[in-house]
Amino acid sequence: MLPAALLQTIPQGVDYVRILPELILSVFGIVVMVLDPLVDEEKSQKLLGFIGLGGALAGLLATWYMAQSPGLAFSNMVKVDDFSVFFHFLIIGIAAVVMLSSFEYMAVQRIRAGEYYALILFGTVGMALMSSAVELVLIFIALEISSISTYILTGFRRNEASSSEASLKYFLLGSFATAFFLYGVALMFGATGSTNIDLISQKLQAEPVQLLVFVAMALMFVGLGFKVAAAPFHVWTPDVYEGAPAPVVGLMSTAPKAAAFAVLLRVVFTINAPGRSGLLWVAAALSMTLGNVGALVQGNVKRLLAYSSIAHAGYLLMAFAMTGSGDSIAGISAAMFYTAAYAAMNVGAFAVVSHFANAGERYVTLEDYEGLGRSSPLLAATLTIFLLSLIGIPMTGGFFAKFYVFNAAMKAHLIWLTLVGVINSAIGAYYYLRLIVVMYMRESRKEVPVTAIPFGLGVALAISLVATVYLGILPNRVLQFAQHSAQELTPPQPSAISANGEQMPPLAAIPQP
Amino acid sequence: MSTDSWSTYILTFVTFAPLVGALLLLVFPRRDRDIRIFALVFSLLTFLLALHLPVHFHRSVQGFQYEIDRQWISTPDIHYHMALDGISLWLVVLTTFLTPLCVLISWKSVHDRVKEFFILLLILETALIGVFTSLDLFLFYFFWESTLIPMALLIGIFGHERKVYAAVKFFMYTMIASVFMLAAILWLYAHTGSFDFVVIRDQIARGRVPNLPAAAQWLFLGFFLAFAVKVPLFPFHTWLPDAHVEAPTAGSVLLAGVLLKMGTYGMLRFNLGLFPEQARHNAPWIMILALIGIIYGALVAMVQPNMKKLIAYSSVSHLGFVVLGIFSFTQAGLNGAMFVMLAHGVSTGGLFMLAGILHERRHTYEISEFGGLATPMPVYAASYLFIVLASLGLPLLNGFIGEFLVLTGAFQAKPVYGVLAATGVIWSAGYLLWMFQRVFYGKVTKPVNLSMHDMIGFEKAAVWPCAVAALLMGVAPILWLAAIDPAVQAALTPFTQVVSKVVGQ
Repeated sequence: MLPAALLQTIPQGVDYVRILPELILSVFGIVVMVLDPLVDEEKSQKLLGFIGLGGALAGLLATWYMAQSPGLAFSNMVKVDDFSVFFHFLIIGIAAVVMLSSFEYMAVQRIRAGEYYALILFGTVGMALMSSAVELVLIFIALEISSISTYILTGFRRNEASSSEASLKYFLLGSFATAFFLYGVALMFGATGSTNIDLISQKLQAEPVQLLVFVAMALMFVGLGFKVAAAPFHVWTPDVYEGAPAPVVGLMSTAPKAAAFAVLLRVVFTINAPGRSGLLWVAAALSMTLGNVGALVQGNVKRLLAYSSIAHAGYLLMAFAMTGSGDSIAGISAAMFYTAAYAAMNVGAFAVVSHFANAGERYVTLEDYEGLGRSSPLLAATLTIFLLSLIGIPMTGGFFAKFYVFNAAMKAHLIWLTLVGVINSAIGAYYYLRLIVVMYMRESRKEVPVTAIPFGLGVALAISLVATVYLGILPNRVLQFAQHSAQELTPPQPSAISANGEQMPPLAAIPQP
Repeated sequence: MSTDSWSTYILTFVTFAPLVGALLLLVFPRRDRDIRIFALVFSLLTFLLALHLPVHFHRSVQGFQYEIDRQWISTPDIHYHMALDGISLWLVVLTTFLTPLCVLISWKSVHDRVKEFFILLLILETALIGVFTSLDLFLFYFFWESTLIPMALLIGIFGHERKVYAAVKFFMYTMIASVFMLAAILWLYAHTGSFDFVVIRDQIARGRVPNLPAAAQWLFLGFFLAFAVKVPLFPFHTWLPDAHVEAPTAGSVLLAGVLLKMGTYGMLRFNLGLFPEQARHNAPWIMILALIGIIYGALVAMVQPNMKKLIAYSSVSHLGFVVLGIFSFTQAGLNGAMFVMLAHGVSTGGLFMLAGILHERRHTYEISEFGGLATPMPVYAASYLFIVLASLGLPLLNGFIGEFLVLTGAFQAKPVYGVLAATGVIWSAGYLLWMFQRVFYGKVTKPVNLSMHDMIGFEKAAVWPCAVAALLMGVAPILWLAAIDPAVQAALTPFTQVVSKVVGQ
């Protein structure tokens, strides 16, 4: 009989259940890779796409199954709670919708499909793992899995110089940023002697906080700030979004962002190191302002949406305002709701952009959208709803998303930050409105062919649209789920540990490295 | 039991009936004639439903009626809380009264993208009714912002030459102003834990809101700015002439008739209701701005070569009366303000429709393009004269009662304000009659005008109800004031308390 401490380190069956979605996605990804050279090119487009989509749907089912057995797995490296289940559903759902909207795009752009779907699946594995990992080193590995897939996906328009440039730029800067994150992890280990988030949190509560912890938090924020495109780490965003294939931008502007925010939420709220809030506020205010002001002058829709995504990262960071003052649940749930609403509207917007762009992504400027309201009323109306949601107009998810983060900031008595936020959302309205104006109120000067909406894209758009409107009219269920899972993130009080023994297994039993 | 549930849900029916119509129109085939009939039927249905409200309204009761209060979102605590009092009752009726007329006046003049036009019009109606019926601050803001998009699209798609500029200007002006109201609403929620107007009002009145004394002035200004831009109060009025001139006729009618009243309604309900002390404190400069608006609006209207711009500036002037009446804190002033709101909605709505009829025939609003129109278009000229007289405040028509009451209130507050405001009545007679003379009297100056045909059936059906309403309001104002007065008294209660406090000390 092995000693109990050692027994715990051997994976049990339930451990595998707790990473089941990741396992299934990986298996499907490998199947796609293996099949790719075996089927001939004509068929591969559809077949591999459907296998990829099937993988994502199976991943969603697996998430539901995983949710039935919450707890820690693999020596407390992975934690299945409502929080990670929320982000699993969100990230895998985004991947599924993006794959649906890619079917047509890949055919039109004449891109060989195989690795594309496999890479999306592998990237999703990394992102999903990021949301459930509670071990900083595992978070780093997951971050790399997701990042490397995204780097390659960015360069998928091989014949376009801009795409290769984007890929290289993203890769170089991204590696640099993840190195910062790793450095932060190392310093955190030096300061607390652990890389487990829960253990670090306990340590920091028990002992006086060293300067090293602040430095570590700041460095980790640099790495994650890069991933979510928060200022001042946002410089890569417009170029990369412009060069990358449109559906990939739809993916990378939402899913890795959601995953990175999941990590940031876990790190910020569970570790609860004091003093980093100032950093977050400044980043929030900067991101909103730089993103919105930058977007005002863009003539390319992809670049415009890139700046808008910087601005939205800023709004989202406002939700972190609650760190200092007791009731952090409002902040966490606001951030979670925001990621979901933002994902719905942005994936939808990019699905429209990728359909409209046509072969070689020729039609991506504002002038190309002139008269779309007449030539394709359905497409224009759909894009309009997504844009209205991005503005934050009532009856769309974007409205409640903004409302909740502003509310969180106001609750934390950060009146100045709330004012910066509301003024920014008014500025932001202008450039989204510009696109709507162009579509409806100008006549087209160029011949821009608009093809009929194919089935896959139609389903993708319908899902995004329903999600956007649902979150705008009945936000209650999603918000309550977010609030419920937010409770699991708040720092474990000594009393909470005893009251909730199963959630927090004897940490002392874990062998210290 | 059945009457109880009817009176609980009637407001929901009235508010969302147009939206249901809009959603049905979405899936409607693109047969323009049927779409028009459908929109007319739905807007008339809404009006009939809304008529239920004044008929069964208990006039002697001060508080809110037809109340419905259900939780919509649990955290934050947002309620679907709707109710009416004498202040909002008539504004709802006004909205539902004007919308069918808008459908009628657009019958011939909108040929392109007819489906989109009526969908937007019906969505706008729901949003406007929602603004007046909601008592939850969040719900109020929700509807408030919802009015922006359909209105901006109506101007931007169906408007005239500089429509895009006007639409974007309208949108940005009101959007930027209203985010400050959002900040104020969020502050109130953070400190009271409620979005409910009644709850917040009571908490403030009892002094139970922490940090309120320091913040109240800013909160007052946050709300006030959003409303002042909407009214529009001088010097926030510059978006209005552009929006009006470029908007399609139906857009102008709803813009002048109802949208502007959202601002004055908001002042009355929220600035006075929530922050009585700050309202009293700020009243002097607000009344001066209102006076400037009355006189400046009238003088600028006088020199306008463009008929629609003239009417737009006359709105600035008339809405100045409303603000003056509200911030006089007298019973006569508030009653008058409410009455001017309704009268202005009817008569200015009528004026815009009449201007639209001319534009339909000649595609211009320039006054100098017309002259001697009474000869080819006698019925039109008579209708126009009637509405002009109503608008300039001829006794026995609707404009007179409201302005008289406001002036009474202004005199009670400060005689010099009353004197200055009274000149506004003279000015308005000046610019309206001068415009009427230039357009209708004398010889026909342009041969092309001779061949213009007189009003057709749809146009008569759109304009004459306004004339009838103007007459009715002029001869029997009590029908309206009986419901308004108790609500106004209730709104003034905190002010009389403030006074008695001062006197008591």
